Amino acid sequence: MQWIRSPKDFWAGLLFIGIGVFAIAVGTNYQLGSAARMGPGYFPRILGILLIFLGAIITLTGTRTRGEAIPAWNWRATIVVLGSVILFGYLVEKIGIAIGTVLLIVAASFASHEFRPKESLVAGVLLAALAVGVFVIGLHLQLPIWPQFGR
Amino acid sequence: MELVSHLLTGFGVALTPINLFYALIGCLLGTLIGVLPGIGPVATIAMLLPTTYALQPVSALIMLAGIYYGAQYGGSTTAVLLNMPGESSSVVTCLDGHQMARKGQAGAALATAALGSFFAGTVATMLVAGVAIPLSELALKFGPAEYFSLMVLGLIGAVVLASGSLVKAIAMIVTGLLLGIVGTDVNSGTQRFSFGIPELSDGIGVVGVAMGLFGFAEIITNLESKEKRELVTSKVTGLWLTKEQFRAAWPAVLRGTGLGSILGILPGGGAMLSSFASYTVEKKLSKTPEEFGKGAIAGVAGPESANNAGAQTSFIPLLTLGIPENAVMAMMVGAMTIHNIQPGPQVMTSNPQLFWGLIASMWVGNFMLVVLNLPMIGIWIKLLTVPYRLLYPAILLFCAIGVYTVNNTSMDVMMTAFFGFMGVLFMKLGCEPAPLLLGFVLGPMMEENLRRAMLLSRGDPTVFLSRPISAFMLAAAVLLVVIIALPNIRKTREVAFAEET
Repeated sequence: MQWIRSPKDFWAGLLFIGIGVFAIAVGTNYQLGSAARMGPGYFPRILGILLIFLGAIITLTGTRTRGEAIPAWNWRATIVVLGSVILFGYLVEKIGIAIGTVLLIVAASFASHEFRPKESLVAGVLLAALAVGVFVIGLHLQLPIWPQFGR
Repeated sequence: MELVSHLLTGFGVALTPINLFYALIGCLLGTLIGVLPGIGPVATIAMLLPTTYALQPVSALIMLAGIYYGAQYGGSTTAVLLNMPGESSSVVTCLDGHQMARKGQAGAALATAALGSFFAGTVATMLVAGVAIPLSELALKFGPAEYFSLMVLGLIGAVVLASGSLVKAIAMIVTGLLLGIVGTDVNSGTQRFSFGIPELSDGIGVVGVAMGLFGFAEIITNLESKEKRELVTSKVTGLWLTKEQFRAAWPAVLRGTGLGSILGILPGGGAMLSSFASYTVEKKLSKTPEEFGKGAIAGVAGPESANNAGAQTSFIPLLTLGIPENAVMAMMVGAMTIHNIQPGPQVMTSNPQLFWGLIASMWVGNFMLVVLNLPMIGIWIKLLTVPYRLLYPAILLFCAIGVYTVNNTSMDVMMTAFFGFMGVLFMKLGCEPAPLLLGFVLGPMMEENLRRAMLLSRGDPTVFLSRPISAFMLAAAVLLVVIIALPNIRKTREVAFAEET
């Protein structure tokens, strides 16, 4: 598409327009009220309109001035990093912080170009000990150390 | 003197063993993350916020503040020794600090940075204490219209002085404001944008937003680039200055302190801007400008003093007006809210122990940093040899534990991951995350003041222009945008920020 001269601006603008439209669409369910007695829908509506306006300017800039291309996306790192954290969040209550830590460290290490299984396992065990010591024993955070059976 | 008795109260609080301990922890952690690339003070404060629940509010804030100015010290260490700024505020320190290290003057460069920072920190602390009372009194006279306009000015000011596209930054603010109003509306009880998810009815947590945008997104983008690090000197000797070096450094320290103190107060100011401005000034004033970039000691002394002064005085708008002017201060608002303290001019009167204790702890913290860090430089350098492939899973772990323990729900972890994804997307599209965080923190306050102002004026929007203070602040905000939009200045601004990237 040749008329997109600055892809970064063009798509950023569309993203903001999208967020603005979304805010207004969802916001129609909330009472608007009047300028003197603003309802819960008033401020979001203003922000939505503002965002669409700003987004349009940015998108237009993207078709007029030349700019940088969007850099390639590292999907492996994104999925592995975010996935391992989500996994930890779901499992920590059930398997405890000790095993959860090892799991998170080993899983997250996959994101790097230079993954070394043994090294990350050792790091995981050491960090698990540290996490138990600091967070559970030291700071008394409400986290189980070992797997909780029957829950 | 009233001020003296206030400061004595403050030191009474700051010098208790427990608060000294937390100041020390904050300073050490701050230095650590300042040395380590790929994690900044915003993500660190987000990570540690949940662990401060059990602490006294004043201890919590002392520790979190310590992280911010500790990071400035740590950042300069890596700038000098590795030509790699640990924090964005030490970018210019690389220019001359690293050249000094190459000439075998690493010790002198580090000593200059540390002593200059300490001097600047001392002056800035006094300034914070001195300005706080009159500013708070002024702010107490503010009505909702003035507050709304002040927030507009604060937000606009914060992005005008930042790098990157102005329109994008404003769009990021508005996005942040929208995110800030997610949850139960205080006036009507309506659930807004919560989509039937019970965890969202209390709003989105600041920890998740900050950690996702500043922590996770940073790690993901870092993993894209191959790491390259080389240590210039592993041995640092002679941590002191010769007479000539001292003579060359002290005027720069004075100017840097003055400049940083002023720029720190302005919205959008703070450590980074101060250091850039100071470097430019030193180079302009120098009799030997050709030495800059080749190891001029003034090029280290000025910016290093300026960034510390700026870091300190950026607390002034937060403590007196309740307006955060950069992302770190936004996190401090989050911390205060978690401890049920509404930031603003009333903090000083309703919570004097906390207010003056925090200010006094800044000086104590700076003292600790000078005494502790110079001898500990060897340890910090050792830490830099830890490869990133081991570092980032550990950072992730502390983030995950931190965000999980806010409410002990996996929902918060999901939200953080979502903001991590958005953070990467924003980075790819060239949108800075800091304005979003500012908008997010100010969103609820801004809506509340807009509503109240409009209610008082019976729906007449000219109230913002008919009240002089409010009109002045809005005019200043418009003026800022116009100035930046003018093509001439835009060019110089682009040149000024070109060095940074």
